[in-house]
Amino acid sequence: MSALIDIRDISVGFVGRDGRTREVLRNIDLAVAPGECVGLVGESGSGKSTLALAAMGYLKRGLRLLNGSAAFNGIDMFAQSRQELERIRGGQLALIPQNSGQSLTPTLRVGAQLGEALRLHSALPANRHAAKVVELLGHVRLPDPESIVQRFPHELSGGQQQRVAIAMALAGEPEALLLDEPTTGLDVTTQAHILELLRDIAAERGMAMVYVSHDLGAIARVCTRVVVMYAGEIVLEGSTRHVLRSPTHPYAQGLLASIPKLDDTTLPIALDGRPPAPGDAGAGCAFADRCALVQDRCRSTRPQLVPSEFGGTARCFFAKEAGRQQGRTIGAAPVRFSSGDTMLDLDGLSISYARPRLLEQLLGRGTDVPPTVDDISISIGKGETLGLVGESGSGKSTILKTIAGLLPPAGGTVTAGNQSLPHAVEQREPGQLRQIQLIFQNPDDSLNPRHTVADILEQPLKLYFGLTGDELRSRSAEILERVRLGAHYLDRLPSQLSGGEKQRVAIARAFAAGPEIVLCDEVTSALDVSVQAAVLDLLNELKETQGTTYIFVSHDLAVVRALSDRVAVLYQGRLCEIGQTDQVFEGKSHPYTKVLLGAVLEPDPDAAPTLAADDIVERAPPARGCPFQRRCPRRLGEICDTDTPPWQSPEAGHFIRCHILLEDLNADRPH
Amino acid sequence: MTEIAATPAENTRLQRTLGVLRDVTARPSGAIGLTLVAFHVILAIISPWIVPYDYKAMDSLSMLNGPSGAHWLGTDHLGRDVLTRVLLGGREALLVTGIATPVAVIWGGLLGIFFGLVGGRLDEVLMRVVDAFLSLPWILKMLVLIVTFGTGIEVLIPTLAFFYGIPVIRIARAATHDVVARDFVSAARARGHGRITVIRRELLPNVLDTLMVEGAMRWSWMLLAFSSLSFLGFGVSPPTPDWGLMIADARGFMSFAPWGVLGPVIALSSLIIGINLTADALAKALGIDRAQKAPV
Amino acid sequence: MLMRRLFLGAITVWIVSVIIFAGVEVLPGDACTAFLEREAQGKLLENCREAQGLNRSAAERYFDWASGAVRGDFGVSANGQKSISELVGNRLRNSLLLAFCALAIGVPLAIFLGVVTGLRRDKPVDLVFSTTAVFAMTIPEFVSATVLILVFSVWLGWLPGIVLTSAGAPVPEFFPEILLPVIVLGMVMTAHILRMVRSSVIEVMAGDYVQMAVLKGVPYWRIVFRHALPNALLPAINVVALTIAWLLGGVVVIEVVFNYPGLGRMMIDAISDRDLPVVQAIALIVATVYVGVNLTADIMTMVLNPRLRTHALRGS
Ligand SMILES: Nc1ncnc2c1ncn2[C@@H]1O[C@H](COP(=O)(O)OP(=O)(O)OP(=O)(O)O)[C@@H](O)[C@H]1O
Ligand code: SF4
Ligand code: SF4
Ligand SMILES: [Mg+2]
Repeated sequence: MSALIDIRDISVGFVGRDGRTREVLRNIDLAVAPGECVGLVGESGSGKSTLALAAMGYLKRGLRLLNGSAAFNGIDMFAQSRQELERIRGGQLALIPQNSGQSLTPTLRVGAQLGEALRLHSALPANRHAAKVVELLGHVRLPDPESIVQRFPHELSGGQQQRVAIAMALAGEPEALLLDEPTTGLDVTTQAHILELLRDIAAERGMAMVYVSHDLGAIARVCTRVVVMYAGEIVLEGSTRHVLRSPTHPYAQGLLASIPKLDDTTLPIALDGRPPAPGDAGAGCAFADRCALVQDRCRSTRPQLVPSEFGGTARCFFAKEAGRQQGRTIGAAPVRFSSGDTMLDLDGLSISYARPRLLEQLLGRGTDVPPTVDDISISIGKGETLGLVGESGSGKSTILKTIAGLLPPAGGTVTAGNQSLPHAVEQREPGQLRQIQLIFQNPDDSLNPRHTVADILEQPLKLYFGLTGDELRSRSAEILERVRLGAHYLDRLPSQLSGGEKQRVAIARAFAAGPEIVLCDEVTSALDVSVQAAVLDLLNELKETQGTTYIFVSHDLAVVRALSDRVAVLYQGRLCEIGQTDQVFEGKSHPYTKVLLGAVLEPDPDAAPTLAADDIVERAPPARGCPFQRRCPRRLGEICDTDTPPWQSPEAGHFIRCHILLEDLNADRPH
Repeated sequence: MTEIAATPAENTRLQRTLGVLRDVTARPSGAIGLTLVAFHVILAIISPWIVPYDYKAMDSLSMLNGPSGAHWLGTDHLGRDVLTRVLLGGREALLVTGIATPVAVIWGGLLGIFFGLVGGRLDEVLMRVVDAFLSLPWILKMLVLIVTFGTGIEVLIPTLAFFYGIPVIRIARAATHDVVARDFVSAARARGHGRITVIRRELLPNVLDTLMVEGAMRWSWMLLAFSSLSFLGFGVSPPTPDWGLMIADARGFMSFAPWGVLGPVIALSSLIIGINLTADALAKALGIDRAQKAPV
Repeated sequence: MLMRRLFLGAITVWIVSVIIFAGVEVLPGDACTAFLEREAQGKLLENCREAQGLNRSAAERYFDWASGAVRGDFGVSANGQKSISELVGNRLRNSLLLAFCALAIGVPLAIFLGVVTGLRRDKPVDLVFSTTAVFAMTIPEFVSATVLILVFSVWLGWLPGIVLTSAGAPVPEFFPEILLPVIVLGMVMTAHILRMVRSSVIEVMAGDYVQMAVLKGVPYWRIVFRHALPNALLPAINVVALTIAWLLGGVVVIEVVFNYPGLGRMMIDAISDRDLPVVQAIALIVATVYVGVNLTADIMTMVLNPRLRTHALRGS
């Protein structure tokens, strides 16, 4: 069978500021057969997107083809005229981009954009286009396609935009689809739905797919073959089963070990170090600096891709040894202790973003919009870690901001230790401020780009402890040491740090205050998995040494499970369930928790998600009844719309808020 | 992953400033612009010592003479040496705008940052007042004050500084809003720093770039306003040499003595273009898109 | 949203009127002392104050003035001779004629050149026009006017260098005298708008959806016209409006240079004569035009930009 996509010995690079050519892709060979689905995994910057785009004969501005060719159907894409490329792209070979929200033209209606794709790439007569557009939208399972045609991209949710992008790619009846992180940034339930859709479409049309992702769970679901990339080269290639179950390359092993898994209660294992920057890989193996099996030979000679006896092809001199040391080492157990004293108590917290409109102000009325977050009562013990989960928009960050005093609540109280905290930061006393520290999701945003690491760390030290001069600097160095960064980082600017390093600085800044309570807002979601594992490890270690209380917010259930003592599940700003981690993950659960758990994608070729609820996005919580009423797969009826469900407790410390009787909330686990 | 700088010690403020300066001079527009500006500034300082004639000295025997060995740029309608007057003609303008520009940027900038940070009702009201001031043409605002209080530099400097500071409020406020939305400001607030510290440590360094570029643009517009006023007869009073005034005077004799116009035209244009080229290069070096802004 | 915008515009005009009125109040002297200058004493002053109604309280006078202005009646000039509305009428028409001609030529030209330079970024066309734009934009109007008169009128004798037509003459009589002023004003305007459009085009062409359109196989010119330009020109509308409004200040200088009988020259004369009622009237008119132009731009963007449109509909 001849290959549909045939990339041979391709190298792509850019000319750096120093005038040196730096390679982003190095001698890559990749062949995809018709109907085959290949996954491309690797960490950020490994060159996956560049490779996928190169298959279309496209390079981003600044990049240059240095060597090799990329053929589609036997045609060399880099040797074609513009007209020829325009015919193929979007026709036989289509791309589904990451973040469709920005890839759809904002001033054109969905119908017009799809119509354009049909006009350019289908043989259909023009009078049939309108009907075909509706058909395509229905095909990607968009509800009410007739009305979607009339909408502009910004009037759709992220999941809907992604579906439109898929429909657009299908318009040209492609033989091959390239997908660049098509589900990254979407909620778990939406992601699971989109993946199922893609699987079905691929199967039904016999299309080939190249699926680019950093998420091995998604890859496991849709691909039969996986290619692992590292620093611009392919390091391992094999069947999905081989790569996920018995990888023969040390990097792939490390990568797999760093992924937290839902059924695993230990912390994932970090992969120390970071990949070389483009052009800095040196003469030997690019992974040598981070490899546990490294030998002298690895540093001097570049290994070639060779088939290994365990199946698959690996770029490693010691693939055999790597293959033999299968059976992953066990990660550290998360520290669990709680003294039983309450450290932080939230009582009846309700938060509203809606400001009264002008008219309402004049009439002296408040808004009748239901508050974004309502009725949150949680108490957290000293040294305990509370995981807070929920989809995007469920109010996780809002709650943290209120605890930190950045967003005054509409009602309720926050008590830390045994002092009730004033609502606004400005009114809190220094001791109360020091006690609670917040770590943000995106370190690019939470570190001032103009401050050096020393400036950043000195701020809390000066403010809370009045340190000055040499003491300030030595203390900063000490704190930096604690997050495993050397003192030589002190004079760097954030732009001179990697993502993981930045987040460590942000963590160091929080711990410099010597806080009792640390609020972590999606602190690992901007990071690669291997870096995420290191940050989780660090947080765990700090908890052990400092006895800190955490609220750990994340949309990733596996991460929450790895670190938390207790878990609270939030939907539309309302608590659905709260309990010990094992109780929530393994005991009886709220219908929404069940939906979330079912949608999790595991890096396991045999796991399949269950899709219990639609992935519609709600803009505001319902005014009455159960917050989950509109999506609940087990809705009882009228009562769910009118009455707020009661708290029920299946076990001590485990609470579920639902009208379904406890005995009917059967614990048939999705896994 | 971005390139990691090999020499992380280069992070002091001075080094950054030098780095930006190097970037500016490395661009053709920056190199030409800075040269022109520097040339004019130096000339303004040393010109009283190098001019060939007394700028007031009239010579009724050689009025409106063309360029010659004695008068390189000819003479004007009163027989004064044009070269002398061109060399001296930018001093007043540079002095006035050189003081008024930083004053305008500082007061407008600080007010804008403060209100951008505080927000609320007061901010809404202030913005309406700013809008109202902006809706009046600059020439009207300036003239009313000048006609009432006179045309000395003690009137011109505060007037220019006041009116040209108003649009800066708006720019600084918008830049502040961009920065305030970022988490590092929330982080500083959550830590409990006072408002002044937040402004000084977190906001100022990030808004300063915008204000620098803004300052350069204000400077060129002020020069434009200043020379337009002189041209209209509301600026520098004769016999003090000033480019705008010289152009106005020489216009009447333009058909037979064009040198009287061309000298000051070239001098004034080269200074303003120099400032604008520098501003362009500075904006590019700092990563601010200057063209996206309207010249309010 | 729309209502809110209209409301804010009205508020701005109101604040302007207060500023104008208060400005004249706090400045030393009043309309009569200013106008009569040295003779401002005794009977003469009394009469003048009587005629201008200056003997009443400030609030009363503001109310009178403002309510008159709303009806289009600005009272009489300080010398007590003529109705300001009559004086201003033709002048306003002439200024608008000048601005309109400059816009009619400048805006299409600027958009065309802006798009061309944006698409051909860093190519020779771009360098030539972008550099020219910097020159055209920065050189003061009176300088470029002087140079153009020197070249086209004095040396070449192609166009009249000065306007001799009287203020009340019918529109056609302004041609060809109006051409040089139009060119000067149009040049500055074109330069500003060109730069704005260019940078907007560059930004949009580098955007995700344009890259995606390339990868969807959309032909180049279709990408430019269907996907890029509508998005690039939308934000330009507002900046164009602000630029136009700002340049109204520059019109004053141009009118003086060319002796053009517009509102700007009248304003300079009024200021020189210290005819405060006329100055107040002109200030209010110009400010209203400014607010109106910006308001129109906002409404246009709101109508043309689907994002804002949704927002506007939801908001109201
Ligand atoms: N236009 C460009 N000019 C120069 N370097 C680039 C350019 N685009 C990407 N790179 C570099 O090429 C490398 C590979 O980038 P690429 O986007 O293919 O990575 P990726 O694996 O898709 O990463 P991510 O998971 O973050 O999307 C990175 O080091 C990146 O910095
Ligand atoms: S070649 Fe050597 S350094 Fe590279 S992965 Fe294999 S063992 Fe590790
Ligand atoms: S209360 Fe009703 S709608 Fe809510 S989760 Fe339970 S069954 Fe579903
Ligand atoms: Mg990518």
